[in-house]
Amino acid sequence: MRHVITLLVENEFGVLARIAGLFSGRGFNIECLSVAETLDPAVSTMTIVTRGDDQIIEQVLKQLNKLISIIKVVDLIDKDFVEREMILVKVLATEKTREEILRIVDIFRGKVIDVGAKTYTIEITGDEKKIDALLSLLKPLGIKELVRTGRVAMSRGSKAMTELT
Amino acid sequence: MKKTGSQIIVECLKKEGVDTLFNYPGGAVLPLFDELSSAPFHQVLVRHEQAAVHAADGYARASGKVGVVVVTSGPGATNTVTGIATAYMDSIPIVILTGQIPTSLIGNDAFQEADIVGITRPCTKHNYLVKELKDLSRILKEAFYIARSGRPGPVLVDLPKDILVDSAEFKYPEKVSIRGYRPTLEGHPGQIQRAIHLILKSKRPLLYVGGGVISSNASKELFHLSEKLGIPVTMTLMGLGGFPGNHPLSLGMLGMHGTYRANMAVMESDLLIAVGARFDDRVTGKLESFAPQARVIHIDIDPTSISKNVRVDLPIVGDCKRILSKILSLLEKEETPSFRGGLHKWHRQIESWKAIYDMNYQQEQIIKPQYVIEKMDELTGGEAILTTEVGQNQMWAAQYYKYLKPRTFLTSGGLGTMGYGLPAAIGAQVAFPNRLVIGISGDGSFQMNSQELATAVQYRLPIKVAILNNGYLGMVRQWQEFFYGKRYASSSLEGISPDFVKLAEAYGAVGLRATKPEEVVPVLKKAFSIPEPVVIDFVIDPEENVYPMVPAGEPLNQMRLV
Ligand SMILES: Cc1ncc(C[n+]2csc(CCOP(=O)(O)OP(=O)(O)O)c2C)c(N)n1
Ligand SMILES: [Mg+2]
Repeated sequence: MRHVITLLVENEFGVLARIAGLFSGRGFNIECLSVAETLDPAVSTMTIVTRGDDQIIEQVLKQLNKLISIIKVVDLIDKDFVEREMILVKVLATEKTREEILRIVDIFRGKVIDVGAKTYTIEITGDEKKIDALLSLLKPLGIKELVRTGRVAMSRGSKAMTELT
Repeated sequence: MKKTGSQIIVECLKKEGVDTLFNYPGGAVLPLFDELSSAPFHQVLVRHEQAAVHAADGYARASGKVGVVVVTSGPGATNTVTGIATAYMDSIPIVILTGQIPTSLIGNDAFQEADIVGITRPCTKHNYLVKELKDLSRILKEAFYIARSGRPGPVLVDLPKDILVDSAEFKYPEKVSIRGYRPTLEGHPGQIQRAIHLILKSKRPLLYVGGGVISSNASKELFHLSEKLGIPVTMTLMGLGGFPGNHPLSLGMLGMHGTYRANMAVMESDLLIAVGARFDDRVTGKLESFAPQARVIHIDIDPTSISKNVRVDLPIVGDCKRILSKILSLLEKEETPSFRGGLHKWHRQIESWKAIYDMNYQQEQIIKPQYVIEKMDELTGGEAILTTEVGQNQMWAAQYYKYLKPRTFLTSGGLGTMGYGLPAAIGAQVAFPNRLVIGISGDGSFQMNSQELATAVQYRLPIKVAILNNGYLGMVRQWQEFFYGKRYASSSLEGISPDFVKLAEAYGAVGLRATKPEEVVPVLKKAFSIPEPVVIDFVIDPEENVYPMVPAGEPLNQMRLV
């Protein structure tokens, strides 16, 4: 099953390597990972999307907690949460397809942020379902390049990550 | 007052109560050594950095204190890796200080640069590169705290040369606060209460104890619990000494080379109480058939150990000593004599297993290794500190010596590191100059760190190294005999080991040899009477095997007995 795990970590060198090393050393899988500073520059937040059965996920969470540079670990799958990802996608745009691409982008509330001689570069933000749906529509038209930020996620409601149990 | 980084390190080590360092110098770390030249520590110069870590490890296991190592950058640091991984697998508290090239050169492939923090990340509990002098004392304080608290382990601190030389105001932090590290010590009260219910309901309970009992100093509590309720105890390799090996309730070691009664007891038990043990594959054999009838209580300080391999019915996270003593105090209110009485049948059953098969061997005209260990046990009354190498020698030392007290059996359990035993004996002897320290060795393993005889001689450490010389990498040969059609690929030493007696003498130690069974006792007595390092070459039966043996991946009751 897919799990979305958010972490608060010390913003110090080597933390990413510790986490990546933990996943590779123990054979856990990382679907995507994003990192950035929080309001407190000494702390970063990470979102990791991973897959595994209950026993594996239990180990993933415990092993993450065991790392000394990790301040807090929350598996959002147990909570109500929102997730977003942003993608940039460069699609072939010909006489015939330009109109259709613009229509699709409009429906998905995306933006064309760059136009080349034969391409459009599109920016779009959404959850997994929305992004997948968009990509499946654009694919037949010819995707030249795709860049994704990886997921970021947050629990719903007024509690901050530090207050979740 | 301002101090240099090197002076700050010396001050921090003093504050941490360090009395002994295991050292090997080199260019990048010379400013620190210069400062150490006048520092009040007992300093042991080993002959290889791997041995420095094993010696610090032996010192830590024997004494319960944190072992400290100081080595140089690059090759000095990389040589420590096997020692660090050994300590990590067995949860041994060590702080390793490595020199590093100056911060301005890091990343430039400078002379003797190695990314030791990167290399040791997966085999340390935590590690640090000190990038700014202002962080130095905090980092050292944290390093010692992390090494010895919670589930102990090795912590490495990498020290660039400019950090050692530059000066700053020194203030020792009185407190540590690491927001990402707060080990749970007290067990959950509700879980402890439930454990007591499970225990008092059980008919065939078994305590299965590991190294956590030793590292949390919980032997006394374990002893009282076992005696009070009459619950038999089986130990892992790491747990030996945690419960007296000569006690009627001791079943000895379990697992691949465990006793018949211990393994049968696991198969028949209805309640397994795991204390500071981690269900390693050498212990469980085939996982699906491990303790098939038992409910499992698991007491451990490390949450990751719980439910990693075996489904646990009742986990209790916390310090073994505190949890066992809590259980004991709550048992005061319970009617325990009748429970104990109810275990009669279980005790009789265990006795009958002992009658069916107990540790044994055929004494012949040639020395049997088991006989050597048995005689050692008799002559020392179980009071010596033993270290081992890895292989058959390690298993015989585990099976035929009755360890009475914790911290008297020092062995590389998790990693199984050949070359551990000699330097670990040195470390233990440094910790206890007046105790008898015996290094059980194999002819193969001995040669992995035999250079340390020089260290033993230099510091007049009267260790006794007993080589069980079978001319083989014996444990490998045994597996090849059983599972690879007796094709002894690369496992015979072909009689090309050095003359160990002459080798000892060449280092300035005493060398002795026994080739016949009747020589064993006199040679041991002689060795124990010499207040100097002694190497004894026991020429043993080359093809003796370790029994019982549960082949890897089989259930524990599938033991080969002969
Ligand atoms: C560093 C290292 N390399 C290889 C092994 C694999 N190994 C396990 S036991 C063994 C044989 C040890 O031979 P010896 O020291 O003579 O002990 P014996 O089994 O003969 O008592 C080997 C090679 C190991 N445990 N450690
Ligand atoms: Mg051998």
